[in-house]
Amino acid sequence: MNNNLKILLNGLIKENPTFVLLLGMCPTLGTTSSAINGMSMGLATTFVLICSNIVISLIKNLVPDKVRIPAYIVVIAAFVTMVEMIMQAYVPALYASLGLFIPLIVVNCIVLGRAEAFAAKNSVVPSMFDGLGIGLGFTLALTLLGSIRELLGTGKIFDFAIYPESYGMLLFVLAPGAFIALGFLIAIVNKLRKS
Amino acid sequence: MEYLLMFIAAVFVNNIVLSQFLGICPFLGVSKKVSTALGMAGAVAFVLVLATIVTYLANACILVPFGLEYLRTITFILIIAALVQMVEIVLKKVSPALYQALGVFLPLITTNCCILGVAILVIQKDYNLLESVVYAFSNAIGFGFALVLFAGLREQIEFSETPKAMKGMPIALVTAGILAMAFMGFSGLVK
Amino acid sequence: MAKLESSLKNMLLSLTAIALIAASLMASLYRVTSEPIQKSKEQKSVDAIKAVLPAFDKIENDTANGLNIFKAYKADGQFVGAAVESLSKNGFGGEIKVMVGFDAQGCITEYSVLEQKETPGLGTKMVTWFRPQTEKKKSLLETIFHYEVKTPEKQSSIIGKNPAVNKMTVSKDGGEIDAITASTISSRAFLESVRTAYNAYAAANNQKPTDANSGATQTTEGNNNEQ
Repeated sequence: MNNNLKILLNGLIKENPTFVLLLGMCPTLGTTSSAINGMSMGLATTFVLICSNIVISLIKNLVPDKVRIPAYIVVIAAFVTMVEMIMQAYVPALYASLGLFIPLIVVNCIVLGRAEAFAAKNSVVPSMFDGLGIGLGFTLALTLLGSIRELLGTGKIFDFAIYPESYGMLLFVLAPGAFIALGFLIAIVNKLRKS
Repeated sequence: MEYLLMFIAAVFVNNIVLSQFLGICPFLGVSKKVSTALGMAGAVAFVLVLATIVTYLANACILVPFGLEYLRTITFILIIAALVQMVEIVLKKVSPALYQALGVFLPLITTNCCILGVAILVIQKDYNLLESVVYAFSNAIGFGFALVLFAGLREQIEFSETPKAMKGMPIALVTAGILAMAFMGFSGLVK
Repeated sequence: MAKLESSLKNMLLSLTAIALIAASLMASLYRVTSEPIQKSKEQKSVDAIKAVLPAFDKIENDTANGLNIFKAYKADGQFVGAAVESLSKNGFGGEIKVMVGFDAQGCITEYSVLEQKETPGLGTKMVTWFRPQTEKKKSLLETIFHYEVKTPEKQSSIIGKNPAVNKMTVSKDGGEIDAITASTISSRAFLESVRTAYNAYAAANNQKPTDANSGATQTTEGNNNEQ
C-alpha cells in the first residue's frame, strides 16, 4: 500500500506530466481557456490513462514485442472513443466546448508514454495507481493553468466573479496568453523545485 | 481564389500551431535549430497531405456507407501509424538521400496531433477531397512556417542571458506567446 | 506467464484478437449511447424552441428557404409566433447556429445560440450580448469594497425589433445594432443568421422580407479588429 501511495505521489508531483515531464502540451494549451474546461479535459484524460494502464498491464504478456505499439494504440483509441461517446451522450455542452481535443487524447504522448514506460513492465495494481497519479497530476496542472487564465482574462474562477470583467486582460483567454501563462507557471515550478 | 483564401487563412490567420494549438510537441521539441526544424516541417508536410487523403477516402468509402462513424478515431490513428511506417520503408528504398534528411523525424510524427487533428477537422468541416487536400497542404505550410520562425528565434535566445528558472522551456513558451501575438495581427486578413 | 514470442502467427493472432474485442466493445457502447445522444440533441432543440417563444400549446413543423420553422399555436388555433432554426457560415470560427423566435407580427421575441465556435471571451459573448442588459452580478471585490464598476461597453438588444422595419446590421455597416466589442465579424455573422431566420419566417407567413440582407457581405475599411 505504501508503495502504491508512493507511485501515486510520484505522478502527482515528482513526475508531474505538465510541469516536469513537459508532455501533452496540446491539450494543456488548447483546453485551458477556463478552469472548468481544463479540469474536465484532465479528468477525461485521467479516465483513459487508468483504463489503458490497467488493460495494458493485463495483456502485456499476450502481446508480442514487435506489435506492442499498434496493440497499445488500439487499446487507447478504444477507451478514447468510449469517453467520446459517453460525454456526447450525457454532457453534450462540455463535449462541444472541448471539441477536437477529446479524440486527440489518443495522440497525447502521456498516455502512450505511461503505457510503454510503466504499464508494460508492472502488474495491474501499481499500473492503476500510476495512471491515477499521472492523470491527477495532469488534471491539477490543467485546472491551475485554466484558473489563472480565467482569472487574469475575465476576472472569474470557475465562473465565480472575483473582479469586474472589464478589468480583465483578454489576452490571457486568447492563444498567446496560453503560452505566456504556461511559460511563467513552469518557471515558478522550476524555481520551487530547485530550492 | 477560394483556395488561395483558404491557404492564407490556414497559414496566417488560424495558424495550426499558434492559434489552434495542434502539433505543439514537435513545435517545442525540435525547434532548437533551423536546420532540424526544416527537416521536421518537410516530413510533416509529406505525411499530413498523404494521411489526409487516405483518411478522407477511408471515411467516405468505408466508415460512412457502413454507419461506422464511431470507429473514426481508432481507424484514423491506425491508418496514420501504418502510413508513417510505410513511408519510412518506401523512403529508405527509393530515396536514401531524402530518408537521411527526414528519417529521424518520421517515428515522431505518429503522435503529432496535427496529423490526426487535420484529418478529423476536414471531416467535421465537410470538405470535399480537393478542398481537404488544399486545407491539409496549407496547414502543413502553416506548421512549417511557424516552426522555422520559432527555431530562428530560439537560436537567438541561446546567445542571450536568461534568468535561471526561465531557461529552456519557460522562455521558449513565452517567446511562442509573443510570436502568437504577432500572428494575431493577421486576423481579419481574410473574411 | 512467459511473454509470447514475436512469430508471425502470434503477432497476427494477438492483434486480431485485440482489435476484435475493442471493436465489439465500442459497438455495444455505441448502441447504448446512441439513443441518449440523439435524445440530448432533440432536447436541446426543444428547449431552445420553448425558450425563444411566448407560451404556446402546440407546435407545427414547417420549412422555408431550407430552414426548419416551428410554428406555435394556442389551443384554440391562434398563431402566437414561430421559432426558426437558422445559421450563418461567416462566423470567425466557422458555423453559427441559432434559434430565433418571432411573434405573430414578426418582432423578435428571444434568441438562443445553439452552436458556435467563436473566440472565447470575444465572439462567444453573442450568447447574451444581443439581449437587454440584466442587472449585473457583482464580483467579489466589488462586494467587499462596496464599489461598482461601470461598463463602458455600448450594447443594444435585438429583442422586440422587427427585421422588416429595423435595420438589423452592425452600426459600422449602417445598421442599428452595436457589435460586440472587438468582434465585428462574429456580430455580423450572428445578425446575418437572424436576418436569414426572419426571411424564412416571412416566406412562411407571406410577410415582407428584410431589405438589409446585403449587410453581411459589405466590408468597410478598418473594421477587421476581431481577436
